[in-house]
Amino acid sequence: MISEIKLRIGIFKKYKNLLGNLVSRDIKVRYRRSVLGMLWTVLNPLLMMIVITVVFSTLFKQNIDHFPIYYLSGSLIFSFCSETTSNALYAIIGNASLMKKVYIPKYLFPLSKVLSGLVNLGFSMIAMFGVMLLMKVEFKLSLLLLPIPVFYVFLFSTGLGLLLAAVTVFFRDIAHFYGVFVLAWTYFTPIFYPVTILPESAMKIMRINPMYHYVQYMRTLVLEGVFPGIRENIICLFIALGMLGMGTCIFYRKQDKFVLYV
Amino acid sequence: MNEMIRVEDVSMMFNMSSERIDNIKEYVIRLLKKQLMFEEFWALKNISFELCRGESLGIIGLNGSGKSTLLKLVAGVLKPTRGRVVTNGCIAPLIELGAGFDDDLSAEENVYLNGAILGYSREYMREKYAEIIRFAELEGFTKIPLKNYSSGMKARLGFAIATMNTPDILILDEVLAVGDYKFQEKSFFRIQEILSSGATVLFVSHSAEQVTKICKKALWLEGGETKMFGAAKDVCRAYGGA
Repeated sequence: MISEIKLRIGIFKKYKNLLGNLVSRDIKVRYRRSVLGMLWTVLNPLLMMIVITVVFSTLFKQNIDHFPIYYLSGSLIFSFCSETTSNALYAIIGNASLMKKVYIPKYLFPLSKVLSGLVNLGFSMIAMFGVMLLMKVEFKLSLLLLPIPVFYVFLFSTGLGLLLAAVTVFFRDIAHFYGVFVLAWTYFTPIFYPVTILPESAMKIMRINPMYHYVQYMRTLVLEGVFPGIRENIICLFIALGMLGMGTCIFYRKQDKFVLYV
Repeated sequence: MNEMIRVEDVSMMFNMSSERIDNIKEYVIRLLKKQLMFEEFWALKNISFELCRGESLGIIGLNGSGKSTLLKLVAGVLKPTRGRVVTNGCIAPLIELGAGFDDDLSAEENVYLNGAILGYSREYMREKYAEIIRFAELEGFTKIPLKNYSSGMKARLGFAIATMNTPDILILDEVLAVGDYKFQEKSFFRIQEILSSGATVLFVSHSAEQVTKICKKALWLEGGETKMFGAAKDVCRAYGGA
């Protein structure tokens, strides 16, 4: 058992360089030939924020303090999860030609998608801080704890990404379905509306939405400036580890068959 | 004599019917009709052999006899349905050249990417970079995206990266016919060099003549089964006479 783990760590070390390469290729290819390049990672959430703010502050008269920040803090962490998992879904089938020719630990592909999303998230955070400065929102000490929810969502997304990548190899339908699912998920997560407008019956379902917990966690840190408490942390960590465990388990059991199906 | 490759009673089965199912509708229909596990195809049946350091094995046989499947099993790309494959040391698989080349990236970036795919560190690749470009004869073309390369240039680059390091195990799948006449000579010379450094070699070919030239032992596959295993000279003579 221990020697098995040692062996795996050794293999991971050997391919660490490849993981770095995959991540940097992801980022490079995405912004290739665009004039502004990496600047888009900051601009994109800003522009989205302006659109959403204009639409929702004129259409629905909701009174959320600092709506742009409310929106950004939720949307950044949510799109980190939705984008990385949507990309991870194609990670195995997209690298079919490579897997058929050389041996590579297969989890590297979905993992690299999540890691490049993490880099993106880092840049997008700059956008959020910029808006906070502009709107004169106080920078509270709790902002230093931001890596905690990011870490939870990173684990969660890795698990979900591994699961999706593995299942998609056998059922390509998942790719089409997941797009619709993410859309529904976006609306069912309080990103641009306050949870208080929901009836109690909807709140019951909301509590089993993992992203609800992570989005709320983010906002507690950014807007309220307090630490969310042990109970909330346990829930968040539990969901993340559960998803990671399930994803890893299914991926690990099916990975030898990938080459035959891609 | 330390053992480098051990193939233990290996069988490889492909499920031909399920290979075509990739959507849920079809899966459910087949599940109901109980047709999921039909049409088994055994590409390899009960293959066993061992190779020690410095030994070379040629694998001969007709198309579809399972040669490439066997190489992929040794390279770790495929996992055997039954049996076990054990390898020691670093493997240079020349099954297909330039695996993982990205057409949008330049040759320079591709060298590092391909090196990473083969499991080398960035520092090591930086050390070898000049040597690779010189061997592939691509000086002056390193900043161009690979999609603007000719297929010969790509193959040369792939060969240069795959063979820059002297591996413990070299897996060759008829890749000697790379590039023009001059480069073919150069690549053959490089393979001889790796051979004489004491690497263990697995070599697949249709040509019995090439196998006798490179290998000491030979394995003749027919329909996925071992037809003959022994000294290259004897096996090739039998194969040629068949």
